[in-house]
Amino acid sequence: MKVLMSGNEAIARGAYEAGVRFAAAYPGTPSTEILEEFCKYDGVYAEWSPNEKVAVEVAIGAALAGEKALAVMKHVGVNVAADPIFTVSYTGTNGSLVIVSADDPSLHSSQNEQDNRNYARFAKIPMLEPADAQEAKEYIKLAFEISEKFDTPVFLRSTTRVSHSKAVVTLSEPRKHEDKTGFTYNADKYVMVPINARTQRVEVEKRQQALKHFAETFGENKMEINNLDVGIITAGMPYNYAKEVFPDYSYLKLGMVYPLPEKLIRDFASKVKKIYVIEELDPFLEEQIKAMGIKVIGKEIFPYTNEFDPGIIKNAIEKNTQMPVSPYKETLSPRPPNLCPGCPHRGLFYALGKSKAYVHGDIGCYTLSYMKPLEGLHSCICMGASIGMAHGMSKALKEKGKGKVVGVIGDSTFLHSGITPLLNMAYNNSDALIIILDNSTTAMTGMQEHPGTGYTLMGKEAKKVNLKVLVSALGIENIKVIDPLDLKATRSAIKGELAKDGPSVIIAERPCALFKRANIKAKPALIVNPDKCEGCKACLGLNCPPISWKKGIIKEGSKRKGISYIDETLCNGCGLCEQVCKFGAIS
Amino acid sequence: MVDNKVNSILFAGVGGQGILRASDIICEAIMEAGMDVKKSEVHGMAQRGGCVTSHVRYGKKVYSPLAETGAIQTLVSFEKMEALRYLKFLRKDAAIIVNTEEIYPPAVNMGDAPYPIDVIAFLKEHYSKVIHFNAGELAQKAGNIKTANVVLLGAVSNMMSIDQSVWENVIKKSFPEKLVKINLAAFQMGIAA
Ligand code: SF4
Ligand code: SF4
Repeated sequence: MKVLMSGNEAIARGAYEAGVRFAAAYPGTPSTEILEEFCKYDGVYAEWSPNEKVAVEVAIGAALAGEKALAVMKHVGVNVAADPIFTVSYTGTNGSLVIVSADDPSLHSSQNEQDNRNYARFAKIPMLEPADAQEAKEYIKLAFEISEKFDTPVFLRSTTRVSHSKAVVTLSEPRKHEDKTGFTYNADKYVMVPINARTQRVEVEKRQQALKHFAETFGENKMEINNLDVGIITAGMPYNYAKEVFPDYSYLKLGMVYPLPEKLIRDFASKVKKIYVIEELDPFLEEQIKAMGIKVIGKEIFPYTNEFDPGIIKNAIEKNTQMPVSPYKETLSPRPPNLCPGCPHRGLFYALGKSKAYVHGDIGCYTLSYMKPLEGLHSCICMGASIGMAHGMSKALKEKGKGKVVGVIGDSTFLHSGITPLLNMAYNNSDALIIILDNSTTAMTGMQEHPGTGYTLMGKEAKKVNLKVLVSALGIENIKVIDPLDLKATRSAIKGELAKDGPSVIIAERPCALFKRANIKAKPALIVNPDKCEGCKACLGLNCPPISWKKGIIKEGSKRKGISYIDETLCNGCGLCEQVCKFGAIS
Repeated sequence: MVDNKVNSILFAGVGGQGILRASDIICEAIMEAGMDVKKSEVHGMAQRGGCVTSHVRYGKKVYSPLAETGAIQTLVSFEKMEALRYLKFLRKDAAIIVNTEEIYPPAVNMGDAPYPIDVIAFLKEHYSKVIHFNAGELAQKAGNIKTANVVLLGAVSNMMSIDQSVWENVIKKSFPEKLVKINLAAFQMGIAA
């Protein structure tokens, strides 16, 4: 049967067809849909773990019990999970273990653009890279086969364009799940103390040699011999872009990007006159091929940054082609993403922006509030970083920083990696204020469950962590719970807690405006009374999508140059703008 | 050269306009009509009120889900000024379908920038095939403003050689039963527009 599937749906389907019934992940664009799809299949166990490191460890445990285990994350998630990944490479997997890394060239939805193929080489783990949804479905199966055969974890690398592009996929009959679970004791292999790890270290190199050998005849490392003047070595999505513009050249398409098939590459090189290596981001293939002493053209003509498209490849190779230009020469107003109408973060960041504190942000929708006019946060590095950074800054500034350093973090992000740094704040007696934005869900990636929501990925009711009790157990004594849409209470809590000595935590509780289960009925839309509005533009400072400015509507006895206007089809009636207006014009 | 003509359609608009749904439906129709199809879009940050685009490419065999810049044959813009944003991706002889509804970007909302004037006239001056109508109004006539995306699909279907029966089938499969009739009506509105 043929169906239209995204790369992510295909990875989930492929795993299921391969007989995989166990998966763990933490959501992150562009990887999230893989587990959301996988959990719908019959007889599977799938979980959202609190972070990627835990997800990998859960999968390792399942593999040691003999399961076929899948762990899924976005590229930066592999950084979080790197610790267990590097050492499970030594122990091997007993059952099988595949780690999906979904990379994000062009940073569509990420804080960096790292090329995770480097992890394959760094951790000495083989990596497959599909070019479209059909291949994604097949490659995940092959990844499990390789894992089983070589007793090694295997990476499957996707990119945003593979994960989020749809293509026609032919489905196969799913394999029956065979229960091979049980206890296997082998302490020499699974207890990584130095003496054992030294032995396993040698095993890893032997496995590397075996995998190199395997790569030479691996069916997905494919030569397509055509016009012999030009040969292209490529992998993943760039293969499609190149085929599109140069259908007549010869190709070596590598389905396995690590380790490389040296003989096959030499063979290809001996057939063609000139070779281009086409790869997004790092010269990962190029440098290894150059180290073989083979002359290739790569990053001297292709960009290091951003994803490619067919035009970029064509222009790099044909040089003098003219870039198409738009006949429209004026600048168009951009449409930056914005917090939703009724978003609970808007109130908090409005108050924070006016508080003159230095605010360390974290990963989530609320990061958007750094932009004008809210300007509610001043730094953002990675998941969980806000707390440690606030603590460090406050310690460094000493008296100068007193009452001026804040860290903000979402509920899902706090549970991902905020607990340890908060423990540190209590332990090392910090002076910073941490605000946990508890909107009851993982909103940024599309409403996933986490240990604070009371539900699991499979839709079962679950133990729900009590943030207040947790924070207090870490040793924090000043804890305040507020509603971030109550501006007065929010302002006074921020002021009050900043003034206190020692660490404080404010928990700003209010479900995400888009969160269905919270069942918040949107209140009636508010309107601006044109007779009362003085045109001060205070409400526009909230940057709420329904609020706009109508120029030129003047009023006798007032200096106003226009009035503000609320689009009632968009307004959620949250009442924030009403609290901001000093003239009582909004109700 | 292998003869492999691939057609490219670019859907563009603003988050929340049903663009991804519309491009899904068109892909299902193309697949049902027996052709190869790929589509590509970017989720995530873009959905919080930002620009949304979806590329659809179809033919005998499709490699790339993205078209070469300057090679797109059809632009379907779900919002008027958004049509201007993607002109460099189009072929000179491209067809443009524009919903004339306006959604102001923040800078226009704040009164800091003007909304472009004479968009349709500009498009007509540079492209020979420009079809424009208010999809929201037509959707309302069909019975539900939310079917504006299907109205636009009807207009695109005029430019594709896919049987009416295929479209109807796919629309029936894409919506819950009680919404099928309205969406079929919206589709017809688009064909006639
Ligand atoms: S009440 Fe005001 S702040 Fe709240 S959603 Fe409506 S316009 Fe925005
Ligand atoms: S805050 Fe009140 S007076 Fe000022 S522009 Fe908005 S509605 Fe008018």
